[in-house]
Amino acid sequence: MNTDIKNIKKLIIDQSLELDCGKVIKGFPLAYETYGNLNKNKSNAILVFHALTGDQFVTDINPITKREGWWTFAVGPGKAIDTNKFFVICANVLGGCMGSFGPKEINPETNKLFGTTFPVITIKDIVKAQKHLIDFLGIKKLLAIAGGSMGGMQVLQFASLYPDLAYSAIPIACSASHSAQNIALNELGRQAIMADPNWKKDNSSPDKGLAVARMAAHITYLSKKGLQEKFGRKLQDKGSLKFSFDADFQIESYLRYQGAAFVDRFDANSYLYITRAMDYFDLEKQYNGNLSLAFKNTKSKFCVISFSSDWLYPTNENKEIVIALNACGANVGFVEINSDKGHDSFLLNVPEFLKILSQFLNSTYDEVNNEKRI
Amino acid sequence: MKKEFKVISKIIDNNKRVLDIGCGDGTLMEYLKTNQKNDVRGLEPEKDLVRKCIAKGLSVIEGDAEKELVQFPEKSFDYVVLSQTLQAFLNPEEVLNQLLRIGKQTVVTIPNFGYWKIRLHLMFKGTMPITKNIPYEWYNTPNLHMCTIKDFVNFCDNKSIKIDKSMCLTNEKISEITKGNMSYKNIFSQLGIFLIQ
Repeated sequence: MNTDIKNIKKLIIDQSLELDCGKVIKGFPLAYETYGNLNKNKSNAILVFHALTGDQFVTDINPITKREGWWTFAVGPGKAIDTNKFFVICANVLGGCMGSFGPKEINPETNKLFGTTFPVITIKDIVKAQKHLIDFLGIKKLLAIAGGSMGGMQVLQFASLYPDLAYSAIPIACSASHSAQNIALNELGRQAIMADPNWKKDNSSPDKGLAVARMAAHITYLSKKGLQEKFGRKLQDKGSLKFSFDADFQIESYLRYQGAAFVDRFDANSYLYITRAMDYFDLEKQYNGNLSLAFKNTKSKFCVISFSSDWLYPTNENKEIVIALNACGANVGFVEINSDKGHDSFLLNVPEFLKILSQFLNSTYDEVNNEKRI
Repeated sequence: MKKEFKVISKIIDNNKRVLDIGCGDGTLMEYLKTNQKNDVRGLEPEKDLVRKCIAKGLSVIEGDAEKELVQFPEKSFDYVVLSQTLQAFLNPEEVLNQLLRIGKQTVVTIPNFGYWKIRLHLMFKGTMPITKNIPYEWYNTPNLHMCTIKDFVNFCDNKSIKIDKSMCLTNEKISEITKGNMSYKNIFSQLGIFLIQ
């Protein structure tokens, strides 16, 4: 995968950024993409945060992978996040592999790839880097910040770091602190990568390990019911069981495909670093065990959304965020969307979800632009 | 907007923080927000209604008052509103305690089971009363704890809950309830509206 092509916009951040791990980085690239046009008074900008394996190419065809952007269902002209109306910004996270500063960049000091010598980064570091992008674009206040899964964690972190920088905040299918189960599942993926003998070899990538990590993770993005309905015990191009370890079942074949397709577009070390950032995310701990202190000064209007069949970031974890926001008197709405599609619901065509996203954004836009009180 | 909501909105001062429990499609919230500059929040168990509210730009949380009210801090709202829902809770007393804890003042409205048509229905038909305001059969009613205006006033007295205002509605007409007219109002009112703390 070559990301050194002209289609990638990069902001070189000259200011130094002190990472949570103590290291200071400076002069590093942040790759980003924008959709739609910024209006005259710069009041229609929405900062979208991508999830673990996403990138800045939110919608349209990703120029690198040639696949559809990860949030094509939600973002685009006439869609829920309507790019005819809104200016959508998304940056590749720090530690990512789509042009931002990450383990697959060359370390100028050694002229070698960073690999695992890259500093461990956190959600807070990721968010701080993106603040520079907002400043660079000259936006004083965002109409909204939005994201699902790890993107939702960035929404929460952003809202707590910059309480007056977004009129509204939409954390979707996420959690304010990674649970033991979340960490366990990420560790499974990391160990799969590190168990691949290619992982430590120069000029080779642990494709097998990364594919297994993706397969395992992919299961967690779906619901049992969704899997059963889509695949059941259906066989793959076969009339009967073959009494071998080939992919007899459709679900096996599907997961193998997901794994194989993933290694073409993702860097194994980025996977290690970004899952680590997610595991380290504990907003409650950042505020001495009181999550509502994270939002004490927030001026944003929140719309928290969860999905009924999401067992990775279940409704009750999303509700913890709502409770914390209520406890400090913040402006918050919450709805759980009925869907059988599991955690992945936020990426898929779930009409009820897309409708609420659109309506919330439009009502916020109207309030902001009519200078009404939110 | 129905008369009941007009009465409630008159009770509520401008520029105050209001929590509407069981806010439905947000009609009252929207009115308070737009016309009285109130800072309003809602709690509603029905997903469809929550979505309608959010679409209108109202901050409404999907949830059941019997479980969710504990999360709100003490006296975090100037007013808490509970319209014709008290009787539908499993434990109305506990819900009322929560409302009084969260709100500096609480507006509660109750469908009056002492209304004469209800009394006559039971007396002459011998079956559970069904009226325009209480249109359910006994086997599908959400109303688990019906009470009369008198019941509610007695309850407040027993629990040392202070009643700041007590009013009643009959055929869209609003009037005050006093100690002197209580028995009369308890027969001729469809709805009781109380401001308590």
